Amino acid sequence: MLEIKDLHASIEDKKILKGINLEVNAGEVHAIMGPNGSGKSTLASVIAGKEEFEIKKGSIALEGEDLEDLAPEERAHKGIFLSFQYPVEIPGVSVTNFMKTAINESRKARGLEDMPANQMLKLIREKSEMLEIDRKFLSRSLNEGFSGGEKKRNEIFQLAMLEPKLAILDETDSGLDIDALRIVADGVNKLRGKENAIIVITHYQRLLEYIVPDYVHVLHDGKIVKSGNKDLALELEEKGYDWIKQEATV
Amino acid sequence: MAYTEEELKKELETKEYEYGFYTDIESDTFPKGLNADIVRAISKKKNEPEWMTEWRLEAFRIWEEMEEPEWANVRYEKPDFQAISYYSAPKKADPNKSLDDVDPELLEMYKKLGISVDEQKRLQNVAVDIVVDSVSVATTFKKTLAEKGIIFMPISEAIQEHPELVKKYMGTVVPKTDNFYAALNSAVFTDGSFCYIPKGVKCPMELSTYFRINEGGTGQFERTLVIADESSYVSYLEGCTAPSRDENQLHAAVVELIALDDAEIKYSTVQNWFPGNKEGEGGVYNFVTKRGICEKNAKISWTQVETGSAVTWKYPSCILKGNNSVGEFYSIAVTNNFQQADTGTKMVHLGKNTKSTIISKGISAGQSQNSYRGLVQVNSRAENARNFSQCDSLLMGNRCGAHTFPYIEAKNKSAQIEHEATTSKIGEDQIFYCNQRGIDTEKAIALIVNGFSKEVLNKLPMEFAVEAQKLLEISLEGSVG
Repeated sequence: MLEIKDLHASIEDKKILKGINLEVNAGEVHAIMGPNGSGKSTLASVIAGKEEFEIKKGSIALEGEDLEDLAPEERAHKGIFLSFQYPVEIPGVSVTNFMKTAINESRKARGLEDMPANQMLKLIREKSEMLEIDRKFLSRSLNEGFSGGEKKRNEIFQLAMLEPKLAILDETDSGLDIDALRIVADGVNKLRGKENAIIVITHYQRLLEYIVPDYVHVLHDGKIVKSGNKDLALELEEKGYDWIKQEATV
Repeated sequence: MAYTEEELKKELETKEYEYGFYTDIESDTFPKGLNADIVRAISKKKNEPEWMTEWRLEAFRIWEEMEEPEWANVRYEKPDFQAISYYSAPKKADPNKSLDDVDPELLEMYKKLGISVDEQKRLQNVAVDIVVDSVSVATTFKKTLAEKGIIFMPISEAIQEHPELVKKYMGTVVPKTDNFYAALNSAVFTDGSFCYIPKGVKCPMELSTYFRINEGGTGQFERTLVIADESSYVSYLEGCTAPSRDENQLHAAVVELIALDDAEIKYSTVQNWFPGNKEGEGGVYNFVTKRGICEKNAKISWTQVETGSAVTWKYPSCILKGNNSVGEFYSIAVTNNFQQADTGTKMVHLGKNTKSTIISKGISAGQSQNSYRGLVQVNSRAENARNFSQCDSLLMGNRCGAHTFPYIEAKNKSAQIEHEATTSKIGEDQIFYCNQRGIDTEKAIALIVNGFSKEVLNKLPMEFAVEAQKLLEISLEGSVG
């Protein structure tokens, strides 16, 4: 589904990604771990198409289609979803209104009519129940005054509503207490399917106890230096990142 | 592609005036210039009684002695008042004709503006009194209103048919001496709307007037007078669009609202005069005096959405004369390119237990300047007066300006006055977040601006809110699609 080949990316001439190779197939969950500053969030932003990052070399393709020339909204229409580490606030725009706009814009891009209101309401009801979200929450302004946990849960709610092919969860566990983490992870697990793929970016192994990955990759200094199965995450938890760094420099 | 600040600015600047067309209707236009003879001629043209002619001439004499004000935070070339024609009426208009008889070209023009009278009549419970240039063309729903004793007609007709009401109230809230533009208007106003709601009557529909400027080189000077008698209620809508013109056009209206004991007036405006092109050439000068007076327990609520005009000078105000009276001001002012707006309100607390609320939302883009200017004045006898003011500014790009000039004068110790102000900027992060959810930049800006303006949009009647939302989008987006 996603194919990244020898990806080099920079911001203001500072090289951050230095040759990433990654292949994610439908039905798989990949975890990307690594110390601070290793390029995890940059990788997520580059896949989503944030323009301040410049691709110097290499390619990203979704289902065989090169993404380089596509605008972020076009990538979203193709089924890429990024759960933000720091979701932004949009005062005066309710969660419901925001979702309605997002869904209908994606439908428009696919040549479909707006989703009928009753269908939209049904979808909202279904997904909010699944994620144990209080309906009152949905009429609040997007992320304004939300707690850290509420923001992340709202991201997963949007994920559930938009049903993307590829979901990238950027540090979704940060700022979550254990109960919120469980709810968010349950939600993500319910969304796992044969047709879609998930990339979980995380610092800690904790989230991976709930969202069990098929593959774990360790990012260090802009490169994937080690890949393995879920046991790699446990090993990292136990030993820290230093041994990886040493191994990488050898 | 994601948008950088620079591209965002460019995109915002590419907005063109959507309603820029010119309809060719033969006009009956006076020669340019202003003197006592022209004032007399206007009065004669309208078949006015002697007292009205004298009233105008007195206003003209006052105006001659006055200087154009310069305290507003706007820069423009002062109009040459001798280069303006003060009367222009579409020739084919006849107030006695039914809508079907109206010049098809006129109807076509309304259609382009999206304000087809037919549609208005059918879809909405709105009585429409349309002013093209200076003369009313069609009045609808007159009958329904007449049954309730409501008078809603062009002010020129009211002068003929209800001279006692006009004589009693005109100039009582905005006197001829009030300011330069009000004096000018008093001398040369050609038409406008008159509305009287009798005691205890709740007006069953929104009253609505669409103003527009059509004839090149003519100024427009409407005069509106709304009187809500004791315990009555009326909601009045005023909407404006104007076709694109090369030269500056002057618009100096006067609106007077009178809310007698226990009455309520809700006055909503959507203003979209031609703002000039993106080089800052042309555009309407909008110098308007709007003021209302509240007697005992009365309430006046002003809501305005200002997206047009090259220069705006406008302060819809409330004089809270009666005890327990309430004044409200809800405003969205959008400026783009080289537009300049100096707008706000005055809340003058004279009575006891009077309350006022001010919510002002300023949105600036391009190289525009957007100023809020507001006065909250509490008289020494106004015990327990309360005011809450909130002024929020939203900036797009780095070349525009937002300014806030709040004036507070409290002469009574029991007064409670609160003022809150915020300034924010549409961020690239917000845009990217929306983009990532499949919402393109244009739509994202509309969404963010609508969210910012929501508190005020919510105060508009439904059908007007939709139109206002559309205008906000037109005003701020690129002309893509």
